[in-house]
Amino acid sequence: MNVELKNIHKHFGTVHANKAINLNIPTGTIQGILGENGAGKSTLMKILSGFIQPDPGSEIILDGKPVVIHSPADAIKYGIGMLHQDPLDFPPMKLLDNFLLGLSGGLFPNRKEAAQDFNLLAREYGFSFDPESYVDSLTVGERQQLEIMRLLFLGARVFILDEPTTGISAGQKEKLFATLKKFPDQAMTVIFVSHKLEDVEHLCDRVAVLRGGVLVGETKPPYVTSKLVAMMFGKEITLGARQPAQAGDVVLSLKNISLEDVRLKIKNVDLEVRAGEVIGLAGMEGSGQGMFIRACAGLTRPVGGRISLNGRDLTGKSYHTFKRAGVNFLPAARLEEGLVPGLNLIDHFVLAEEPKGIFIDRAAGQKLAEDRIQSFNIRGTPLSTVESLSGGNQQRAELALLQTPLSLVLLEHPTRGLDIESVIYIWSKLKERCKQGASIIFISSDLEEILQYSDCLLVFFSSKVSQPIDASATSVEELGQLIGGKGWADTGDEHA
Amino acid sequence: MLKGRFGGFFFQLIALLLAFGFVSLILLSVDASPAEAYKNMFNGSFGSMRKFAEVLVAFVPLLLVTAGLLVTFSSGLWNIGVEGQVVLGAITTTWVFRYFIESDLPPALIITLAILGGMLGGAVWASFTGVLKVFGGVNEIFGGLGLNFVATALTIYLIFGPWKRPGVASMSGTVPFPDEFSLPLLAGLRISPWALAIALAGIVVIYFILQGTYFGLRLKAVGKNFRAAYLLGIPTWQYSMYSFLICGALAGAAGAVQVAAVYHRLIPSISSGYGYLGLMVAMLINYNAIWAVPVALFFAALNIGSIQLPILMKLDSSLSGVLQGVLVLFVLLADGVRQKFARKA
Repeated sequence: MNVELKNIHKHFGTVHANKAINLNIPTGTIQGILGENGAGKSTLMKILSGFIQPDPGSEIILDGKPVVIHSPADAIKYGIGMLHQDPLDFPPMKLLDNFLLGLSGGLFPNRKEAAQDFNLLAREYGFSFDPESYVDSLTVGERQQLEIMRLLFLGARVFILDEPTTGISAGQKEKLFATLKKFPDQAMTVIFVSHKLEDVEHLCDRVAVLRGGVLVGETKPPYVTSKLVAMMFGKEITLGARQPAQAGDVVLSLKNISLEDVRLKIKNVDLEVRAGEVIGLAGMEGSGQGMFIRACAGLTRPVGGRISLNGRDLTGKSYHTFKRAGVNFLPAARLEEGLVPGLNLIDHFVLAEEPKGIFIDRAAGQKLAEDRIQSFNIRGTPLSTVESLSGGNQQRAELALLQTPLSLVLLEHPTRGLDIESVIYIWSKLKERCKQGASIIFISSDLEEILQYSDCLLVFFSSKVSQPIDASATSVEELGQLIGGKGWADTGDEHA
Repeated sequence: MLKGRFGGFFFQLIALLLAFGFVSLILLSVDASPAEAYKNMFNGSFGSMRKFAEVLVAFVPLLLVTAGLLVTFSSGLWNIGVEGQVVLGAITTTWVFRYFIESDLPPALIITLAILGGMLGGAVWASFTGVLKVFGGVNEIFGGLGLNFVATALTIYLIFGPWKRPGVASMSGTVPFPDEFSLPLLAGLRISPWALAIALAGIVVIYFILQGTYFGLRLKAVGKNFRAAYLLGIPTWQYSMYSFLICGALAGAAGAVQVAAVYHRLIPSISSGYGYLGLMVAMLINYNAIWAVPVALFFAALNIGSIQLPILMKLDSSLSGVLQGVLVLFVLLADGVRQKFARKA
């Protein structure tokens, strides 16, 4: 099926997530969609699969006929099926029942007939499933195959796959690609959304790159990796001269740290951070850097290895012990985790200080708040509730809550969504802390920010962590390749 | 700011009018005169000193329960188990009285011990809900509700079992205590100034804790954003436990007063539903301690005033409950509507 997207626009409030996107995908092609987080890939795919509606004036044309897709059910009627990053299936149910879901027709589905169809399809595409087994006995990769079969069964002619290779093994990836490569012969179209350069280069007949909601370019094989990276991340711009740190004693030391959650396993990381140093963590979201920074804060317990701060072993201690030892963590979700909606700035500053006695000295609190508001340039009054502040001012308020003295500041996306003026201001405040002897570890998806402000950086890619890289000796392009999974020395063990 | 507050007041006034309007419609549907019903309720609660004293008798436990609930609501907990905490306060107080019934200690000391015992009993009962919540992951609504049933069953068991009257056990409760075990009452009235003083002291202390102390501010931070409070360095689960203990102690005091100043024995319905009524008061005043006294007094007056309805108008006295429930619903509804308007504006 030929899919044509014409002048697609989508606004979320003031955010322009898709800007005038025009893309024609001919029948029988595997189209790659590349882009970093927030580039607008998911928005575009959700529009095509009926989850959200584009702004008026946008057009979707299937085989030459303009259509309006109101819902995912509508999309599948037109033959568009979407395979989500996390399979949308029902683990406690049998495969066959899962398969029958979404079928329109009758109060009593014909299980026998469906089972025959199921086996026929499975044979055709080389899958081996027992229709009477339960979904929760399957691996993530198998659940993907099941979902693909279900979409085939429902008559899908266009397959949208959103980051399908996250969380599956190399073997399963090979199998998935082999399946997808059969589709074009049957006049089916595949749209493959990914940030993994290698996967896209390996599989796709053509690639479109999105950046900041705009379709910045399309290419065909042979692909030039450096060109793709340049399109994904934009051109190299420097924000003035870098200020390298005067590194002091070792503040934080990680020895052989291993971390695990449901999706990711990070193994054997060693890191030493010195006083005054800034360490940037780069990588696509969900590559393990969030878990890593939380482990440095004592919020996630490592499954192996030792963490020590200023020579003191803190392995397995709680965040409050870390905090008393001089570690502060500022989460990305300001109103969800960092600040308390409903309380004003005085309340926050009073809470962050050590209590003096039982009763709060209101006048002192007022004075404290006024001082901090001025020195951190917060646009608000002492009585402003935090939710009434703008994002940049919330971020400044969070910074103003940092305790003194401090050994280590951990920040998740410290400047996400902020204007350039706020970014520069916030970093000047953070650099002041470094001069006072604090170290900083921060996560950012903005490569320029990482290169500009860190002394040293780590790249995360699907549970792998790079060796510390000297920030002055690398470039946006090199980083972009690493983030996209290229140029990694093969460490041998792929995660399962 | 001023406009916002005035706007809030305006919507609450509308809610009050709607609630009375709704109840009036119910009255009209059974051919009763709303004006007469309201007049009878008013006279039944404020018509004489004796009647007003009855209002105060209901007001004392209601205010104590409300004061306790302000603490749990501030820390973001729905302490439905407050009803059982009142009951356990009454049981423990009864137990202390029974323990000292033969002793030569001065009655004032015994009464003090009995009331403190009641507070302790309520606090321990509340800590069960707290432990279930903090360590067992059981939502405090479910834990509290379950424990309420256990508390009621325990009362019945004691009245019909170990503490039954000599001869025959009866729904009228345990053997009444001697007169010297009663909190002193005002001459000719059923209200004890001591009980009133305990209740007022309770709400004043809670007001100052919530308004002016580090403890209160931390409780509020835990209630408004548990996760951020933890990251700000507040020991969150401990604060949840503290608030259960404080609320339980105040609810226990309400139960203790019911035994020591009102019934002078343990009866099956010793809590008289003041726990649940207190939840309504707390919701109605939007968790502001400053409004607790007038609103609790209003609810107590409705309860007492409606006693006149069956006698004078052959209406059921549960009308006060209908009015209270409808009032809370309309106030919450009005607040929802106001916020919707505020978002649009």
